[in-house]
Formats: sequence, structure tokens, C-alpha cells
Amino acid sequence: MSHLLDRLNFLQSKELEQFSNGHGQVTRENRDWEDTYRNRWRHDKVVRSTHGVNCTGSCSWKIYVKSGIVTWETQQTDYPRTRPDLPNHEPRGCARGASYSWYLYSANRVKNPLVRGRLMKIWRKMRETMEPIAAWTKLQGDPVLRASYVENRGMGGFVRATWDEATEITAAANAYTAKTYGPDRVFGFSPIPAMSMVSYAAGSRYLSLMGGVCMSFYDWYCDLPPASPMTWGEQTDVPESADWYNAGYLLLWGSNVPQTRTPDAHFYTEARYKGTKSAVICPDYSEAAKFGDVWLNAKQGTDAALAMAFGHVILREFHLDRQTEYFEDYVRKYSDFPMLVQLDQKDGHLVPGRFLRADDLAGKLGEKNNPEWKTVAFDEVSDSLVSPNGSVGYRWGEDGEWNLEEKANTADTRLKLSLVLDEDHDDVVAVDFPYFGGQTFGQFNTDAEHPDILTRNIPVKMIKGPKGKKIAVATVFDLFCANYGLDRGLGGDWVTNDYNDQMPGTPAWAEKITGVPADKIIHVAREFADNAEKTTGKSMIIIGAAMNHWYHMDMNYRGVINMLVMCGCVGQSGGGWAHYVGQEKLRPQTGWQPLAFGLDWSRPPRHMNSTSAWYAHSDQWRYETLEAKEILSPTAPDGDWDINLIDYNIRAERMGWLPSAPQLKTNPLEVAKSAKAAGKDISAYVAENLKSGDLEMSCEDPDNPANWPRNLFVWRSNLLGSSGKGHEYFLKHLLGTDHGVMGKDLGQDGAQLPKEAVWHKDAPRGKLDLLVTIDFRMSTTCVYSDIVLPTASWYEKDDMNTSDMHPFIHPLQAAVDPAYESKSDWEIFKAIAKKFQEITPGYLEKETDVVLLPILHDTPAEIAQDQVLDWKKGECDLIPGKTAPAFVTVERDYTAIYDRFTALGPLLDKLGNGGKGISWDTQTEIDNLSALNGVQLDGAAAGRPKIETAIDACEVILMLAPETNGEVAVKAWHALEKATGREHAHLAEGEQHNKIRFRDIAAQPRKIISSPTWSGIESEKVSYNAGYTNVHELIPWRTLTGRQQLYQDHLWMRAFGEGLMSYRPPVDLKTITADVLDDGDTLVLNFITPHQKWGIHSTYTDNLLMLTLNRGGPVVWISEVDAKSAGIKDNDWIEAYNINGALTARAVVSQRIKEGTAFMYHAQEKIVNTPGSEKTGNRGGIHNSVTRTTMKPTHMIGGYAHQSYGFNYYGTVGSNRDEFVVIRKMKNVDWLDNGATPAVEAAE
Amino acid sequence: MLHDIDFFIFGVMPYIALTVLIVGSVARYERDPYTWKSSSSQLLRRKQLIWGSIFFHVGIITVFGGHLVGLFTPVAVLDALGVPYVAKQWLAVILGGTAGIISLVGATMLIHRRVFDPRIWRHSSFADIGILVLIWLQLLIGLATITLTLQHMDGVEMVRFMTWSQSVVLLKVNAWAMVVDVHWLYKTHIFLGLLITILFPFTRLVHMISGFAAPFRYLMRPGYQIVRSRRQKPLAERKTTTPAE
Repeated sequence: MSHLLDRLNFLQSKELEQFSNGHGQVTRENRDWEDTYRNRWRHDKVVRSTHGVNCTGSCSWKIYVKSGIVTWETQQTDYPRTRPDLPNHEPRGCARGASYSWYLYSANRVKNPLVRGRLMKIWRKMRETMEPIAAWTKLQGDPVLRASYVENRGMGGFVRATWDEATEITAAANAYTAKTYGPDRVFGFSPIPAMSMVSYAAGSRYLSLMGGVCMSFYDWYCDLPPASPMTWGEQTDVPESADWYNAGYLLLWGSNVPQTRTPDAHFYTEARYKGTKSAVICPDYSEAAKFGDVWLNAKQGTDAALAMAFGHVILREFHLDRQTEYFEDYVRKYSDFPMLVQLDQKDGHLVPGRFLRADDLAGKLGEKNNPEWKTVAFDEVSDSLVSPNGSVGYRWGEDGEWNLEEKANTADTRLKLSLVLDEDHDDVVAVDFPYFGGQTFGQFNTDAEHPDILTRNIPVKMIKGPKGKKIAVATVFDLFCANYGLDRGLGGDWVTNDYNDQMPGTPAWAEKITGVPADKIIHVAREFADNAEKTTGKSMIIIGAAMNHWYHMDMNYRGVINMLVMCGCVGQSGGGWAHYVGQEKLRPQTGWQPLAFGLDWSRPPRHMNSTSAWYAHSDQWRYETLEAKEILSPTAPDGDWDINLIDYNIRAERMGWLPSAPQLKTNPLEVAKSAKAAGKDISAYVAENLKSGDLEMSCEDPDNPANWPRNLFVWRSNLLGSSGKGHEYFLKHLLGTDHGVMGKDLGQDGAQLPKEAVWHKDAPRGKLDLLVTIDFRMSTTCVYSDIVLPTASWYEKDDMNTSDMHPFIHPLQAAVDPAYESKSDWEIFKAIAKKFQEITPGYLEKETDVVLLPILHDTPAEIAQDQVLDWKKGECDLIPGKTAPAFVTVERDYTAIYDRFTALGPLLDKLGNGGKGISWDTQTEIDNLSALNGVQLDGAAAGRPKIETAIDACEVILMLAPETNGEVAVKAWHALEKATGREHAHLAEGEQHNKIRFRDIAAQPRKIISSPTWSGIESEKVSYNAGYTNVHELIPWRTLTGRQQLYQDHLWMRAFGEGLMSYRPPVDLKTITADVLDDGDTLVLNFITPHQKWGIHSTYTDNLLMLTLNRGGPVVWISEVDAKSAGIKDNDWIEAYNINGALTARAVVSQRIKEGTAFMYHAQEKIVNTPGSEKTGNRGGIHNSVTRTTMKPTHMIGGYAHQSYGFNYYGTVGSNRDEFVVIRKMKNVDWLDNGATPAVEAAE
Repeated sequence: MLHDIDFFIFGVMPYIALTVLIVGSVARYERDPYTWKSSSSQLLRRKQLIWGSIFFHVGIITVFGGHLVGLFTPVAVLDALGVPYVAKQWLAVILGGTAGIISLVGATMLIHRRVFDPRIWRHSSFADIGILVLIWLQLLIGLATITLTLQHMDGVEMVRFMTWSQSVVLLKVNAWAMVVDVHWLYKTHIFLGLLITILFPFTRLVHMISGFAAPFRYLMRPGYQIVRSRRQKPLAERKTTTPAE
């Protein structure tokens, strides 16, 4: 009753009841104080949600709410169990996730819609007399007014706006841009749909309905490993983390599992307890290194050499000296090893050429359908050439033989792997292989003792071509072994059977390059293969981003993949390629696509590969330091190869290989009108005018104001604070504000100018009219935006989340309403769509749009160009969709954007749904959605199923996707059965009546259902593992050969010397010129940007709880030795710079770091604790201030089976690890705390 | 007029002070028991705190105890014990003076730290700073009165204050008249003392009382102590199982 009175108990009897012989007693004192502790942890409710972040964690969390406030979060522990012999998934979560609730009520939260002050002032003034679109038109027409806010981006000065004003400016800008330049000048960048798929879909649906451009992320982040589509025809598919437990040998290669895959790391520990052996390869002494039985600290950037030496040992001991039965059987069935390759003449030498196709043979082996896309091998059974089932030629235009049965033309076969035996070959010929090991610079070990062409002996068969011409052919396996420098008794140079020879490919050679002792290499290679042999493939390689971020990432990855294929690990539970980079696995993908890209109303959407787009539009191409001839193979076929990298991209866009954005210099809405006026078919009209030059593709002149991106939405992303490689170029050219670029462009440098791209002497500054960022926190990107819209945090919205690390589908749920004035992304884009629909009638009506569609992977069009021919150079005719992009007409209704946004359109009823090359009828699901969500009663979408709320949107995804609707899964498997001629539906039949709804996943995370969209299965027998259905269901990989393809025969692959994998040293980007280098104590270090420990994955580094744990701001790690030589002590302020820009940070001096490298954890915000740069005079930059994107032509290849474009699937990637920086101690630490730019008075 | 002020300060204010002290403390304890604490800033910065705090507390506790004993010991007891006033006064001057100086040094360090350490400054409330400054002033004035005291070592003044204090607690309403004629420094010292007493329940000074609530009883708890047995043998001699090589 009273705290005081209760304590005044001096008069009470002191006699207390005792027990246990006086050891215990019953007291009578007041116990109210205990309630304090009960109240501390008391809450009103617990809501399941997760963190919508690109960390692959996708962990289920309990969000605690007390008095309407989120108080804290803890890990959920109710995952469905795994299997009796497997550890469970718990615990999932990490300290970073547990710190998230800080954001909700932090000072850094964006609380209201914000508009750049100067823009707001002009807008309010104009709106007094003008309608919204007229006001925006006037504003953009006045260069002084436009510059007044554009040039002040990033310099503060936001004012509060109402939602009405902010959405009105945005909608008016979008409408103006669509009408004036074309809807493809409205860009939207949002990454990783899997982390909050409805929030992603909100923006992409709005953009797709109005004709805007959705930009890719996976390739731009350089998380996409191009080696995966090259080898498997698959973006990325990996085992779930639980499958690590099934492995007998785990090779961790550049992946820091405990630090960056924390929720999954327990499986690694558990596997170690079980007895799984593990080797860890990484240059630094990482947290993972101490888990390993052995740590191989290879020099950064030389992984391919190490992989090559591993492969050398495996081939020697398990394929050549002794033929392992399992390995041999596996590679015969599941790799392209038996396929035959033609050897071409080049300057009197032979070089590996194209795969032999049925079309190259007289009689075409009887193949009428796509003979030019059917590869050929020797069959031991019939002792003749055959076209085995499964190549891409069988996939399109016919049914039933696209499978991996050991058959050709219905007859049983056994393909011959090698022609090495005397009776098998007609001749042994000398074949040239390119060697790049000598092209090193700086700190990388040169290997100058070998020439750049290594000529080796290959056994060949001479066969007769169509015109009686003799062709020499060899198997991939024989070329492959020679490429690894293995002596097979055929004589000749550059091969050996001694591991200690300094011969490219041997462990001794690799030791010189990587620094890893040869005996360790041999030891690990043996263990890896030996385990795979004994366990039929249970050796696994876990890889993180590290290796994939080098310019020649394909070589690193293909080296690894080669090892796995040689040992039969891919597709076997407990084995295979475990590339965990980016939450790429959107499990219910085929259910989500119609919602996300408005496929229910119009097709196709506009998709763009971001690397090429940003390279062009932030003008990074104008500063290119890498020339094509530096990376070209000495064995390249003759051709016009000496062009700039942007020229390659332009050719790729022109030939329909890569997408374009913007697409045509002329507004596509006008193009359609002109075609109609001329009474012509639109596609034919575009083709004709492109040929005549009356229409031009935008990519040919990116700096022309007609081709600028004008509006940019950034949501769920920190483009300018995190992923924007070439940050300072973004600031300079795309945004037009203060920047730190110190280099000269090609014109100023007198370097070779592009041949295809138009060169303007002065580069444009400030291409964007409007940058709108949607975020819950004031990120670096927000700071540079014109409009910042406050969005709901991860605990304030309904959404869904999936990962590649586990098979569950998770909800995000609104534990509390969005705080302050924030709204969920779904509601924000709905509001913009509503405003758009309100203000556009009379300005834009029903319009016809022309969309340029590149040749897409997994469509019949993918077998378009077996030769590389450019229509513009007159090498072939322009055939839309075949030798150029398709020109597709799309009807848009700008008066009904909102009505369409909020209802599921009729196109699904008509065209069905599908993905990855198969499709199925989905009328049942549409009917179910009408019943579940209800239908719209009026408006342009009357009668259609509603998608009003985010939960409605979730239901659409869940209902349409085979992964969450068993009935659809069965339909999907039946659709695939048609192509393969085999029965697959058993994989889903048990789940036919299982339909997962949003409330189900709210109750508990649910396991997805096996679907042909993915190559693994959900089963009680095996964990999810990539390639499982290829191996066990004999479904071909979606490549040219239908097999795991280790030889790449496209002309450009051969030209750049990557037909086969080899070691290619980092490229010299020449970013440290005499102009920028200072005198005094400086270090030149390789700049490495791994993922961090003290921020929420790759994006959120402003969380004070985390910053408190690590120095409160940006840091760069350097080695003790380097630090000492430059007089740097731990915690000193340092500056890192090169011609791309400069950044400031504190130094962390650590034994962990290998000399010669600097680590800067990715995405440390420049808005926290970052002083001014002495070099640029601006505030120190972000990690990307010293990088610039450089593209690789081989990633642009298209129209060629597996090397065809797919959104986030294939294309140019933004590598950044080859970069070097100068580091020196700062003399003056200036915080630039001298006030903002002249204050902008409040908008009124 | 002056008499009115004297009447208020020495006749009325002591009762206000005692009332506020008791009612205020009880109210605070009932309403907000978890604010009853010293609000130590040691977590923010140890620098200057440890020495400052020790000096201050050792000194102030001595001074406070001296005042209590000195003022409230009835004169009759002194007489009965035969303690000469002069001796008592010398005791007060020497002991109180030394303790006062130690305490002043500590308080100065604490004020300096609180004002000039930005981290501490930002975490300080008005009351935190105010009470520290008041005590510092009180110490200064208290020490200053020693110079006066030394001028009349007969102990008459001292007896006056003793009588006054004891009269106050004995509810003798005319007691105020006894101190009307003393030097203004003494008066200020008494006034500040009463003021601090009034402020006591609203500041961190309440932690003076928590000292009494310390769990002394724990030391006398019955025998349910958790006892950890010592390992039977030193580690090196323990029998280990080595894994088979």
C-alpha cells in the first residue's frame, strides 16, 4: 500500500518460519518491487515480422509492443522442424537485427514528406496560378529555376511538405516526362524484391503501368555471378544453409560465414561437430578462418590460380591417373565434357572454336528442328556422332527430348569423354591457349617466364562437314585437361605431370602467384575430391561476394565450379556451389511477377540492367581507363575489337542482347503515333526507320538531353550511400552537385574516343529533373534527393520475405501503425498513382507505347543468333526479335493508372502465368482471388479482383505462385513434363491441396512447395540443393548443351580468351596518376570493400547501437606493417583517394589484414562522423567515392541460349575490387561545421 | 523589518524546512521510489570523480556529523561531563576546519568536472548543478566563519547556536531571538543550511538516506549461504581423458 509503511516493520515479530533445518526461511517482507521487473518485460502484444534487408537472413522475429510503441524484438523459435537427423534452424538472428527497433523512434527517422526548400518555394509560388503539370513544365523550361535546386542537392535545406504536395509534384513530373520525352525516362531503382516483395512490387507496378523503367540490382551490386548463367543458364541457385550439415567437406572461399551469415553459422558449427572437415580460403584472418582445419591465405585477387591448381591435382589423380567411376559417370551425363568442339585456323595455328552442331554435319544427323542449336558428341554404343538429348535445340519447337536421358534420337547412348586413346583419334594437333598470367602490375606477382600463348597437343577426330570440308574436332574434356597443363603422353609443350614444375596450372605455379604453399594446395585438393568420391559428391564450396567483385570474377567462379563438376558435387545434397551473395531467391517468383510488373494489364514491362545504365548516365564511360585491347585474348579471332567498352555495350543493345533505357531518342508515344499516321505496322515502322537513321537508339548518345533519365525513384535502397559505384560521378553528372572527381575525361586526356557513342566535348551536369527517395531513415541517398517520402519501417507494414538460406516464407507485419506521417511503400505508390490519375486526363489519355524488348533467356527467342552479326554494319538484316530487339506495342491508359494499380488485370485470364520457359493456365487462381479479395465495383477495373491493401497483394502472390499453392505447382510440373517427356509431378502431388495464405505465414513460417522454377526440391529426404532436379529428374540445365557447360563457345567469349577458365590477374585501372599522388608518407593499397559486422548488412550503418560498438563512424582497416611505414597509428584519421574521388575515415590497424590491402566495410554512411576531405574540400565520401564501374564485354553477350538477357539474371556487373587507393594520415581534421549553404527561408 | 526577516529565517523557516524535508521525502519515496538514488555519473567519466568524490564525501560526512553532535548535544551534558567550551570549540575548529577544507577541495573538483566536461554537463539537470553550487558556497561560508570564531574563543557564540537549535526542536517559539545579534556570515550559513534542507527531497541529496537502507541485514542472514566447494585437487593433477591419437 505504501512503500514507506511497508518498510516500517521494526515492531513485527522477527520470528520467521524456517525449513530445511534452518537453511531456509519464509520471509514476510513486501514484494512489490518485483513488479518493476515484471513490468519491464511486460507487453501488450507480440507480432511476427522480420527485417527487410539484403542479408539472406530472413529471420523470424517477435516484435514486442507496449502502449502502442515497439519496445524490443527477440528471435522467434517456432520454425517448422527440419528432419530427425538434422539440427533445427534456430537460433536465427543476430545482434544487428536485434538493434533494428532503434530506428523506429530515432532522430534519424524520416517523419514527414520533405521537399528541397528551393523547389518547394518555386512550386508553391507557381501553383498559386497554375495547374500541377503546367507548373512543372514551366519550372523545367526555366534553366535558372531548375539549376537553383539541382545544384544544391546534398546541401541540406529540406522543408516539410504535405503528402498531397509531395505526391502532386512527383505525379506532375512523371506525367510531364512521359509526354515530353517518353515514359522510359522515368527510372525506378529498388533492389532485392525478396526482402520485402510487396514494397518492391508497389513501385515497380506503378512504373510498369505508366511505362517507366525498373532497374536491376543483382548485377549492379556485382552479387550476380555471371559464371552461373554461363554454366547453368541459371541466375543463381544454391543449397539452403541446413544442407551444409550434410556436407563431408566444406571449403569456405572468401565467405566470412560467422560475420556475414550469422543466423546460418550454427549449421557450420554443427557440421564441424559432426566431423565435417573444413578449409578456409581468404586473404585476411577472418572470423571464418578460425573455424577451418586449415587456413589458406591466398593473395587477394588470385583465387583463379588457386582453383586452377586444385583442378590440376583433381584431374591428375581422379580423372587421368585413376578414373574414378562416380566422377566419370557424372561428367559424362551432366557436363559438356563429351561434347565436340571445332578447332579453327588462326594465323596458321589451331584455336578452339564453336561447338560442333548437327547443322555442321552433312545430313544434320536427321535433325530438322533447330539443328544449329544441337550439339554433337561421339557415342560409344553406336560408334558414331550423335546429337544427344537435352541441348537447347530440343527445348524449343519440339517436345519430349529436352532431357538428360542418355539418349539421342530415342536410341541409348554412352558418350565418349576423351579421344586420348590411339584408336579414338585421327591425329594429335597443336592448339593455342591464351595465357594471361604475365599481365600483372603493382603488387601482383608477375609470371613473365611464360608466353601469352601456350600451344599444347590435343587429340582430334577429323570429320566431314556439309560441303565435304574436313573439320578437326576435340572433346571439351581433352581441351579442358590441356588447359590445366596436364601431360597425357601426347608430347608437346606446356604440359607436365610434375606438381613441382613451374608450369601454368601446377601447384608450384600457383604458390608463386597466390603465396599458398604447394603442399597445402595438393592436400586440400586431394581431401576435397577424396571426400566427394566416398560420399558421391558431398563436398561443398561456400563463397561470399569477395571473389565475385573482381573484374575477372568469372574466372574465379568458373575455377570453383570446375572443381565441383569434376567431383560430381553439383546437384547432390551436401555438395555443390553455395554462393551466398544477395537475397536473390524470391521463392514465389512466378506469383510475384504479374503483380510487380503489371503483367496482368500489359506486357512487356521495361527492364534495364543497371550497370550499363549507370555507366552511361553517370558518364563513367567518359573516364574509362581500361581499353578493350588490354583484356582481349592473343588468340582472338579477327574482328573489330579495338573499340571502347561503351561501344561494346551499344552494339549489344543494338543487336538485342541487352536492354536499353531510355530506348529511342524519339518519345515512344510519338513513334506509335507516327507509325499509325503512316499507316504502318509499328514494329516494321521502327525497324525501317532505325535502318534509315530516322530513328536513333538512345544508347548511342547518352549525353544528349533527349536521352537523359529525367525522374528517378529510389526506394528500399541507399543507391548513393551504398551501391553507387562511381559515387562522385553520380554526383557530378547525374545529380549535378558538388563532387570529388579528380580525373580527366577521355577528351581532356587525348585518349581514344568511342566509335559508337556520340562524344560531347562538355559533359552534362544534373541530368535528373527529380530524384524521389522513399525511406524510413535519413540515408545518404535521402540527403541528395529532391523529395524524401517517409515510409513504414519493417515493423510497421505487411509484406513478405524469402531467402536462399532456408526454405521458409516469412511475413513482415505491422506491429504498430506507421509512425509519424509515414506510410507503407504500397500506400505511397498508391497515393502517387491516385494523384497521377487525377491530374493527367486531358494531358495524357489512352496512349500507344513502343517497348524495345531484348532477346530474353528462357523464351523461344533465346536461340536467335548463332553468329554475331550487326545489322547497323550491314552484316545482316534488321529482324526485330532476332537480330535486334523486338519492338512491341503496348496500350497504356494514363487515365486509369490507379484503377489498374489496385486491381488484378485481365491479361492473366487470357495468357496464363508462368516463368523460366513454361506456362500454365491460371483461371482457377484468378477466380479464387476474386472470391478472397473481392472485386472492384466501379472504375476502369470494375469486376476485377481487388488489390487494395498490402495483404491483398500478398494473397495475389501466394495464390499465383507454385511455391505457395500446391495446385499451381502440380500444373507447373505438368507444363515442364511436356518439354522433357518425363514425369515430374510426383514432386508436388503430395502438396496439391496445400495453399499457403498470409495468415498462415503470420502464424508460423511455412516451407515452400517444390516447383520447376527452382532446381532444388523441398522434401523429407533431402535439403534444398541447387541442381538437384537436373541430376535426379534429368531436367537439362538451361544452357546451349543442356549440360553444365564448362566451355563457352560464343565468339566474344573466345575473343576475350574465356572459352575455358584460366587465371586472369586483376586489371590495372590506372586510377593513381602523378596528378593526384602527394609527396610524403603515403600508401598505395588494394581497396577491398567487404560486408561489415557493425551495420545492418550492406546498407544500414547509422544505427547508434551498432556504431557504439565500433568507433562510431567510417573506418578503414590496414595492416600493421603498412601502417607503420606511413606513420599511421590505430584510430588516426586518414584519407583514401584516387582520381575517382576521396574519402575520410579512421584507421583500424590490425594484424588481421594482409599487407597491400585496405578493407573498408561497405556502405558506411557519410552522414555520420565524416570530416572534410583535404583533397576535395568536400565532406569525405563513401566507400564508392574511390571506385568507378568498369564493364566487361563478355557480360553483354545475348541472343545465345543461356547467354541471353534476363532481368537481374545476366548482364554487365559492377565490379570494384581491382581498385587501388592512396592512403595517408590527415593533417587537419576539418568538420566543415561552418553552417549550411545560405539558409533557405521556409517555403512560405 | 530586519526583525521580521530574522523571525522568518530563524523562527519559522526551520519548521518549514523540517516539514518539507519529512513530507517531501516521504512523498517522493512513495511516488517515485526509483528516483531515490545518487545519479552517479561514474559511467560517463571516471576522471576527477573518484578523488573529488572521496574528498568531498569524507569531508562532508565529518562536517555533517560534527554539526549534528555539536549542535544537538545539550549544554547540560557538556557541563555534566566537564567539557570546557573552549576545548569543544577548538575541537570543532580543528576537526571541522580540516574536514571542511577537504570537502571544499572535493566539491571544487566535482563542480569543475560537472561544468567543463561536456559529456557530464549535458547529462546534468539544473538541480544537479544547483545543489552542488549551494553546498560549495555553504562550505566556503562555513570555513569563513572560523575566522570569526577564532576571535571569541570563549564558546559563548557556540552555546548560543546550540541553544537555538535545541530550542527549535523543543518547539520553543522565541528561540529565534537568540541568534539575532550574531555576525551575518553565521546567519547566511544557517539560512543556506535551511535552504539545503528544504531542497533535500527534490535533489540527489536523498541518497544520504538510502545509506541507511543499505542491506546490512544481509550480513546477518541465516545460514542459507550458497557454498561452492573447492575442487578436490589442483587442476594439473585432475584425471584427464586424452583422445586417442
